[in-house]
Amino acid sequence: MQGYIVKRILIAAFTVFTVLTVVFFVFRLGPADPVMVMLPPNATPQDAENLTKKFGLDKPLMVQYGNYLKNAFRGDFGSSFRFDEPALRVLLMRFPATLKLGLVTFILSVTVGLSIGLISAVKPDSIIDRIGRLFALAGMSLPSFWVGIMLILFFGVTLRWLPIAGRGTPLHYIMPAFCMSLYPIALITRLSRSSMLDALKSDYVVMARIKGVPEFYVILVHAFKNASIPVITVIFGIFGALMVGSAVVVEYIFSWPGIGRLVMESFFARDYPVVQVFVIVVTCMVVTLNLIVDIIYAYIDPRIRYQ
Amino acid sequence: MHSNQDNLLELQDVTTTFFTKQGEVRAVDGVSFSVGKGEVVGLVGESGCGKSVTSLSIMRLVPQPAGKIVSGRILFKNEDLMEKTAEEMRQLRGDRISMILQDPMVAMNQLLTVGKQLGEPYKFHDKVRGSLREMCIRLLEKVKVPAPESRVDDYPFQFSGGMSQRALIAMGIANNPDLLIADEPTTALDVTIAAQVLKLMKEIQRETDASIILITHDLATVAQICTRVIVMYAGRIVETAPIKIFYKNPAHPYSVGLIRSVPVLGQPVDRLFSISGQPPSLFAMPKGCRFAPRCNKAEKKCFKHYPPETWLDENHSVACWLYPGD
Ligand SMILES: Nc1ncnc2c1ncn2[C@@H]1O[C@H](COP(=O)(O)OP(=O)(O)OP(=O)(O)O)[C@@H](O)[C@H]1O
Ligand code: SF4
Ligand SMILES: [Mg+2]
Repeated sequence: MQGYIVKRILIAAFTVFTVLTVVFFVFRLGPADPVMVMLPPNATPQDAENLTKKFGLDKPLMVQYGNYLKNAFRGDFGSSFRFDEPALRVLLMRFPATLKLGLVTFILSVTVGLSIGLISAVKPDSIIDRIGRLFALAGMSLPSFWVGIMLILFFGVTLRWLPIAGRGTPLHYIMPAFCMSLYPIALITRLSRSSMLDALKSDYVVMARIKGVPEFYVILVHAFKNASIPVITVIFGIFGALMVGSAVVVEYIFSWPGIGRLVMESFFARDYPVVQVFVIVVTCMVVTLNLIVDIIYAYIDPRIRYQ
Repeated sequence: MHSNQDNLLELQDVTTTFFTKQGEVRAVDGVSFSVGKGEVVGLVGESGCGKSVTSLSIMRLVPQPAGKIVSGRILFKNEDLMEKTAEEMRQLRGDRISMILQDPMVAMNQLLTVGKQLGEPYKFHDKVRGSLREMCIRLLEKVKVPAPESRVDDYPFQFSGGMSQRALIAMGIANNPDLLIADEPTTALDVTIAAQVLKLMKEIQRETDASIILITHDLATVAQICTRVIVMYAGRIVETAPIKIFYKNPAHPYSVGLIRSVPVLGQPVDRLFSISGQPPSLFAMPKGCRFAPRCNKAEKKCFKHYPPETWLDENHSVACWLYPGD
C-alpha cells in the first residue's frame, strides 16, 4: 500500500516536471518574441536590449531553463506584463471564484448524475431512466456556450429571473453552474448506469441475494462498491480537465471573475506569464486529482492495496 | 401423481422463459420433479439444457428483466413459493433454501473480505449469537479451510479455486438449510480438489440431513453421492430414476448415451462413446421429441409429437415414445 502510494506520488511529480519543461520550450521557442510583444510600439532598440537582459533572455537556452526550473520551485513564474505583479499571484487572486463555481458544479454533477444513474440501473426503462437518457443525450451533444447563451436569453433577458453576469449572490451561481455541469452530469449518469447494470447482473450479486441479503444492501454495498470504480475515474480524473475547459467558456459568457476568464483576457493581451502559469497550475490540479483517484482505488480495491 | 407429503420440494409444470431481442427462449419448459427430505438428487444434462435456470427458478432469482417464470407451481414444504412476497422469499433464502453458484471465483465479491461475505447469512436472518467473526471462523473450519482465524480476513483473490469453492459452500450451509442446490460445485476444480469437495459435501449432508440437488454434467459425480437422477434435455426432463436402476436399465436413449460416454476403468478410451450432434437451439425447438434429430431409435411419430411422461415403476419415469405407457 505505502509502496503503491509512493510510486503514484513519484509519477505525479514526474508529470509536473515534464509539463514545466514542455511549457518552457513551447513559450521560449514559439514564434512570438516575448520582448517584442511586451514593448510598446514606440520603444527603442535600447529598451529591447534592456528588457532582454532583465529577463535573462540573452543567456544560453539551457541556462535559462535551469533558472526557470529554479524559480519555478520557488513559486516564481515571472511577472504579469499587464499588472506588474507576480503572475502566480495574479492567477491565485482569481482562483477562489473559479474554485467556488467548480465546487458547486462538482457537487451538482455528482449528486444528480449518480442518483439518476443508480435509479436508472435499478429500474431500467422507468420514467427516471427515460428522462435520464434523454438528458444525458442532450448534455453530451449541446455545446456549453450555446446553452449558456440560451439560458441568458431566456432566464436573464426575457424572464429577468436570474442575474446574467458577475457573482455575489447564490442566484448568480445557478446559470453558470447548470451550464458547466450539463456535460459532467450526462457523463456520470451514463457511466454509473452502465457500470451499475453490469454489477447488478454479476454472480456475486446473485450470490448475495441467495444468502438473503436485503435488496438495498445488495445495491448499495455489493453492486455499488464495484460499480463505483470506473465512475470515480471519471468523477476525479477527467473532471479536472473537463471543468477547466468549460470554465474558460462559461466564465467568459457569464463574466465570472475566475481564472478561466483571466486566461482569456491574458491571452488576448499577450500576457504570456499569466497564460503560462495558468497551464502549469491547471496541470498540477489535474495531476493532484489523478493522485486522489489512485489513492481512492487503493482504498476500495484490495487487489491494488495488497499488490 | 407421484407427489406425497414427505416431499420437501415439488416443482409442478414450471416454465421459465427469457424474452430476448432475438425472440423467446423457454429455458425451462414444463418441468416437474420432486425432492424428498434428506434426499440427494442429481440433476444432469448437457451445457445449456436449463439446469442453472431451473435452480434459479426455485430460488425465484431468474435474471431480470429478461427472464420470467411464466407458469407452474414450486412447492416448498407444501407452500407455493410463487405466491410468496419478495420479503418472504428473502427470509427463506440463505436460511431454509440455499444455493452454491457455478463459478466460485466470480460468485464472491472481490471487494469484501471472505469473512464479511460469510457472515451475511447470519446477519440478515438474525442468527448472530456472540461474535459474528467467531461464527465465520467456525464456518470456515467446518468446510476445512486451513488457518481459518487468519483466512477469515482475507479477500477472495487471496483464495485458491478449491478454497473459494469451500468458502462458497460455507455460505450455503451457514444456517443449515433444508434444501441446498449445488450448481456444478466441482466443475471448476481439478480432480483431487474436486474429490475433496465432494467428500465434504457428503459429510455435510450426513451431518445436517439437508436435501441436496446436485447439478452436474458428470455422471461419475452423481454416482458418488446421489440416490436419484433427473436427466434434463433442452429444457425438459426426459428421465428420472433411482441411481441403481438408472445405471442398470436406463430407459431414455439420451440417458443411454450419457452412461455410455462415461469412461469406465479398464475399458479402452478409444471405445468411448459420445452422442453425436448438438442439442437443438432453444430458438428453433423441434416440434416433437427434442432429442429426435440425434436419436438412433427415432421414428416418424417422434418428430411430430412430444412424448408424454410415462412411469415405468413407482420411481422411474421417462418421456420417450419407446415407452408408450398405459
Ligand atoms: N440471462 C439470460 N438471457 C437469455 N437467455 C438465457 C439467460 N440465461 C440463460 N439463458 C438460456 O437458458 C438456457 C439454459 O441455461 P442454463 O444456464 O440453465 O444452462 P445449464 O444447463 O446450467 O448449462 P451449463 O452446464 O453450461 O451451466 C441457455 O441455453 C440460454 O439460452
Ligand atoms: S421419443 Fe423418439 S426420438 Fe425421442 S428419445 Fe424416444 S425414441 Fe428417440
Ligand atoms: Mg449452469
